[in-house]
Amino acid sequence: MKLLMGGILLAVAFAAFPLISQRGDLLNLGIQIFLAVALAQSWNLLGGYAGQITLGHAAFFGLGALVTRALWVNGVPLVLALVAGALVATVLGVLIGLPAFRLRGAYFAIGTLGLAEILRITVGNLMPEISTIPAAALASYNMLSRYYLTLGLALLCVTVVAALIHSRVGLGIQAVREDEAAAEASGVGAFRHKLLALALSTALVGLAGGAFAYYHVSYYPQHVFSPVWTFDAVLITFVGGVGTIHGPVLGALFYVILKEVLAVRLVELHLLIFGVLFILVVLFLPGGLVEAWSRARRLLVRNSRSRYY
Amino acid sequence: MILTQQLILGVLVGGLYGLAAAGLSLTFGVLRVLNVAHGELLMLGGYGTFWLFTLWQIDPFLSLFGVGPALFVLGLVLYWALFQFVVKAHEEVRIKNSLLIGFGLTLVFHTLAIRLWTADERAVTTAYAGAVIKIGAFAIPLVRLSSLVLAFAILTALHLFLTKARWGRAIRATAEDWEAAALMGIPVGRTYLLAFALGTALAGIAGGLVSVSYSISPSIGLEWTLKALIVVVLAGLGSLFGAFAGGILLGVAEATSAVFLGGAYREVVGLVLFLIILLVRPQGLFGGRG
Repeated sequence: MKLLMGGILLAVAFAAFPLISQRGDLLNLGIQIFLAVALAQSWNLLGGYAGQITLGHAAFFGLGALVTRALWVNGVPLVLALVAGALVATVLGVLIGLPAFRLRGAYFAIGTLGLAEILRITVGNLMPEISTIPAAALASYNMLSRYYLTLGLALLCVTVVAALIHSRVGLGIQAVREDEAAAEASGVGAFRHKLLALALSTALVGLAGGAFAYYHVSYYPQHVFSPVWTFDAVLITFVGGVGTIHGPVLGALFYVILKEVLAVRLVELHLLIFGVLFILVVLFLPGGLVEAWSRARRLLVRNSRSRYY
Repeated sequence: MILTQQLILGVLVGGLYGLAAAGLSLTFGVLRVLNVAHGELLMLGGYGTFWLFTLWQIDPFLSLFGVGPALFVLGLVLYWALFQFVVKAHEEVRIKNSLLIGFGLTLVFHTLAIRLWTADERAVTTAYAGAVIKIGAFAIPLVRLSSLVLAFAILTALHLFLTKARWGRAIRATAEDWEAAALMGIPVGRTYLLAFALGTALAGIAGGLVSVSYSISPSIGLEWTLKALIVVVLAGLGSLFGAFAGGILLGVAEATSAVFLGGAYREVVGLVLFLIILLVRPQGLFGGRG
């Protein structure tokens, strides 16, 4: 309950922020955070709740971006372009998942990693030119609409995942993660649930890619398939707290702000810090920041109790 | 004509693919740990060779005797600091956590390499770098041929170690069934340590050879990890010579595709092959174990 209130407060604060200041750099920072939330939360659904680690999130982010950008630049309404991008990402995700999920272990992870690289190299070969928003659209470029679109996207991701995991299907997804055989024995189809998690996850990250394509003025088409996007999603989710709703949000805030603070003097150092932090979390603190926080609180509570009783 | 020349080059680079894959195959086969930072370890080995040559003019083939042991020690450290915690878990968690930790390591090594040595591409250019052996109309670069022969020699030595030496046999027994191995009095922990460090050393040596015949930069890691994964998938686990043959197969496939599709799709061909095998015949990777 507290968590829900906190989330709503945070969302309202972000939504109201442009009323206070419309400084371009701050809005940009907000957009970075929202995109990071969407990336991480969509990964969290598949990697955290469904337990299917993927190292190819960039493939689906890139597809969303590629399709949305191509349609939107050519005059298709933004909403339709976004939906189309998400759809294409989902279809490819399911096509990969259909055969890969019949098998266990690392297949899915390294298979998607390979897929992302195939797409990155091929797109780089076919579209070597930088992609820039056409002059007409550039003239009317409005940062606020990007800010609210990405905020909406982040909220959508958080709400969808939160609603899903409390539903019957969501419980099934988590049951499959805990023990596939036991889930099957209780009548929860493992394959079906994994595939559903994959479809939703790729749809959400496809949307995130689409939002990026709408936001970013010019980039090489290859860039949206870069492993960087997968790194971001995985690091943020784990450092924040994998398999929780608020973990990826905290992780995204921490990651983007740390990146911003360090970028002034020490380019790329945030990656080093986050890489080390990530390894430590995987090994010693599987719950990430969220777990660290609750442990610290328990410790404080215990101390204050012992003082009063 | 062009095809044959390309095929020769394909075989030559394939030996290095095989060497890179052998290290990955060893750690994965024995520890059931999939270290996706394997390519970054290779990159570190490449830089070791490069700096030894640039700073002190040490011949790159000679410096392998320094780089190999150095990477062996790095492997010991990595196992001691990270992977020993991973192997305590049961198989599925083990693979998952090793993937994640490897993923984190790629980031750390990549970022460190850029900070220390910039993102420039480097290569070791020896006095004999341009030497070729002419056979009829075909040219065989001497350096690459030596790399291939050396790769084969190293794998043969490792094969002898694994089949004849006491510790080598312990490694194979542990790979087969670690519980039974432990019951037979084999110190499984130390066997894991040894196998992991050997795998790391192999990556380092492969990297040294890559820096002589090709080029290195901080970002080559992912590419080489994928090459090694492709070869492991092609060849299956458990046989070093299988990995060598798989590497050559990949090199030849790439070379053929370069002739017909152009060099830009070189990398894609191997990856597509990889995906197809993963989806259709995944036994290549996990053998009989499910």
